[in-house]
Amino acid sequence: MSDRHKHLADQIAGACQQGKQLRIMGHNSKSFLCHGNEGEEFSTLEHTGIISYEPSELVVTVRSGTGIQELQATLAEQRQTLAFDPPCFDGQGTIGGAIATGLSGPSRPWNGSARDFVLGTRIINGKGEVLTFGGQVMKNVAGYDVSRLMAGAYGTLGLILDISIKVLPLPEQTLTLVLEQSADQSIEYINRLSGQSLPLTGACWMDNTLYIRIAGTEAGIQAARNNIGGDVHEDVQFWNSLRDHQLDFFVNDYWRISLSPATCMLTVEGQWLIEWGGAQRWLHSAEPPENILRVADQAGGNVQHWKHDDQKYLRPELDPLINKYHQRLKDTFDPDRILNRGVMYRDL
Amino acid sequence: MPVGTSSTLYRQLAKAIPAERLLVSAEAVAPYECDGLSAYRQQPLLVALPDTIDEAKHVIQVCAQLNVPVVARGAGTSLSGGALPHESGVVLSLARFNRILSIDPLNRTARVQPGVRNLAITEAVSTHGLYYAPDPSSQIACSIGGNVAENAGGIHCLKYGLTVHNILELKVLTMDGELLTIGSQALDSPGYDLLALMSGSEGMLGVIVEITVRLLPVPEVTRVLLSAFDDVEKAGKAVAAIISSGIIPSGLEMMDGPSIKAADDFIKAGYPKDAKAILLCDLDGTSNDVASQIVKVEQILKENGATEIRLAENEQQRLAFWAGRKAAFPAVGRLAPDYYCMDGSIPRKHLGSVLKRIYEYSAEYELDVANVFHAGDGNLHPLILYDSNKPGELEKAESFGGRILELCVEVGGSITGEHGVGIEKIDQMCVQFQTLELEHFHAIKNAFDPQRLLNPGKAVPELHRCAELGAMHVHNGQLPHPELERF
Repeated sequence: MSDRHKHLADQIAGACQQGKQLRIMGHNSKSFLCHGNEGEEFSTLEHTGIISYEPSELVVTVRSGTGIQELQATLAEQRQTLAFDPPCFDGQGTIGGAIATGLSGPSRPWNGSARDFVLGTRIINGKGEVLTFGGQVMKNVAGYDVSRLMAGAYGTLGLILDISIKVLPLPEQTLTLVLEQSADQSIEYINRLSGQSLPLTGACWMDNTLYIRIAGTEAGIQAARNNIGGDVHEDVQFWNSLRDHQLDFFVNDYWRISLSPATCMLTVEGQWLIEWGGAQRWLHSAEPPENILRVADQAGGNVQHWKHDDQKYLRPELDPLINKYHQRLKDTFDPDRILNRGVMYRDL
Repeated sequence: MPVGTSSTLYRQLAKAIPAERLLVSAEAVAPYECDGLSAYRQQPLLVALPDTIDEAKHVIQVCAQLNVPVVARGAGTSLSGGALPHESGVVLSLARFNRILSIDPLNRTARVQPGVRNLAITEAVSTHGLYYAPDPSSQIACSIGGNVAENAGGIHCLKYGLTVHNILELKVLTMDGELLTIGSQALDSPGYDLLALMSGSEGMLGVIVEITVRLLPVPEVTRVLLSAFDDVEKAGKAVAAIISSGIIPSGLEMMDGPSIKAADDFIKAGYPKDAKAILLCDLDGTSNDVASQIVKVEQILKENGATEIRLAENEQQRLAFWAGRKAAFPAVGRLAPDYYCMDGSIPRKHLGSVLKRIYEYSAEYELDVANVFHAGDGNLHPLILYDSNKPGELEKAESFGGRILELCVEVGGSITGEHGVGIEKIDQMCVQFQTLELEHFHAIKNAFDPQRLLNPGKAVPELHRCAELGAMHVHNGQLPHPELERF
């Protein structure tokens, strides 16, 4: 547990002066989501610890090098949690990496995303300057929302030093129900359920089976169970395995398609795993990448190719108009382009 | 027909927009001279009422070409002067963008134009058992475009979030005349989270011309508990205890003595008049979950010294409990010719102590104050009572208000929870942010609007303004922004 912000800021200021590129790294558990670059490895792992945590405020402020699991364990002692349930690939991951990549777990459609829970950040920009945005309060509309802009920016706009995150109570109980259904049936069913007052926190379809997670009080769960139907699934590790991509499905490379949840099954041959109530879909397919991109695009979705040696389709090029504003924001925060350059997109 | 610059401007605009939708006479533009913060008034050069995105784009392109400021305006309900016109600028009214374009019940989204009223969305989707969650108190009148521009909140934020948590996609016109699609119909989009950046940007980065909102299922039941306390600090502790217990109420509101009395006198809300504070705690969800939460919350309220606890027996009674809270502003408005509504937010644990300091300031300034709070999320709305006809009282009220906001920053909060900075809190931005952060805000502005024509003079103060203010307010001997030259 130590505060290394001065050291980190000095290092970045020095790198900036020398024109040296840096590659920010925590546990390095999500490097498969980053394009390679020429940056020198720059670790956040010595900058760790919970700065403040008051359960009655529903806010924790934490240094970026702190492990997700360590933080979740501390919160769990107070029966609270990071409700966006960030993945821990290989059982690893820092909270800085969780926010920088903006990834959220199976409860995302119902509980919200990583960025939704960000209340404030302290960052180091590409000149080595320490900046504070947002705060520790639930409502704060003073100034542009730079804290949430940091979520999912992969460290290209600044190194995240500390983050204030809204936390939520752990549910009293959770229960998983399973129903045997086709993919299209499941997509429609789960979206109908999502339009009703039900305590849903997860919905995943694979191998002709729909898994539904509900959470709440014992009485609430029983009522929801009667409404939803299906059988109780006993494997309590299922959702964590799904979140961390530990299920057998997640071998080799695979595609991620993000789209509106009620979209019918896409006409791509392959093996599918559908989660987020239909809004996040994973695919193994031998079809040409161009087909997958085209079909997803026609459905209004966006695509990433995960864990393939050739990173060509890891993150397809941005729309030129949107890219223009990305470049200008990069110039604002990292004018010499030394932080994680190219990790997300070329030149960014 | 206007003369000079405005004549060229008018002729250029009239190429695409019919004369009846270009207002120029002092009489015609008068309704646009202020928004909900009526202490500030300014007539614009011209008001344009485009009907289509192409027409709005034309207005923007002409203004960019002639270097004329543009202030976008929805329903004009801003409480921070966000829609206050610029004296040599155009008001771009989006009032005619009032159509709900599509509703997708299965995906639980609606695509709407920016001039659609907040409540109209919920009304339009209610047949599907859905609603739009953010509910600023002006929801009957305020427009969704303005809600996005201000990142509007409401009483249900603690559980359901702000506007930023409830939108998926925006179509935005930039000052370059480009139409950007930000976000998507999916839950995430490639690249930076520009949706978050645009939310609450107060019309400084672009003009929002279309919004896709997320809809939620109407909860099976909503019940409300009303509790009374003989001390505001006890009520503050009860709030913390409810939240620590693992319950997230859908609304948790506090009113202090003066606002209880005002509300009761105004609409006979039936509130316990001698109470120093009341709490309204809305619990929603499935009937079984809510039933067990009610038992728990009642117990917590008792343990924290509630002198009275009432549970609304039915929806009619629930609405009656809320009626007093919802009428609090007009009720307080009857106590004095004018009131000034503040909007600070603080960590909940400081509710009691901040309130005490506000009462001390009230005595010092000899101005009464009534307080209503979104206690669940620490958002305060002190209402400072004054009489604008008495010379110097408005200035006194503004100074009092400024002190409250500085107090919010001192305890780790923010100068604005949901009303925005606008023109009103521009000076307090110098208290909340340091020079470096403000420089980055200006740089973000430049990234989207290099000519600085969108809503100039709002939201982010110029650094010299902060330096001049700093010279006036030296706090504990520490000079704010010491790095700036002073003359």
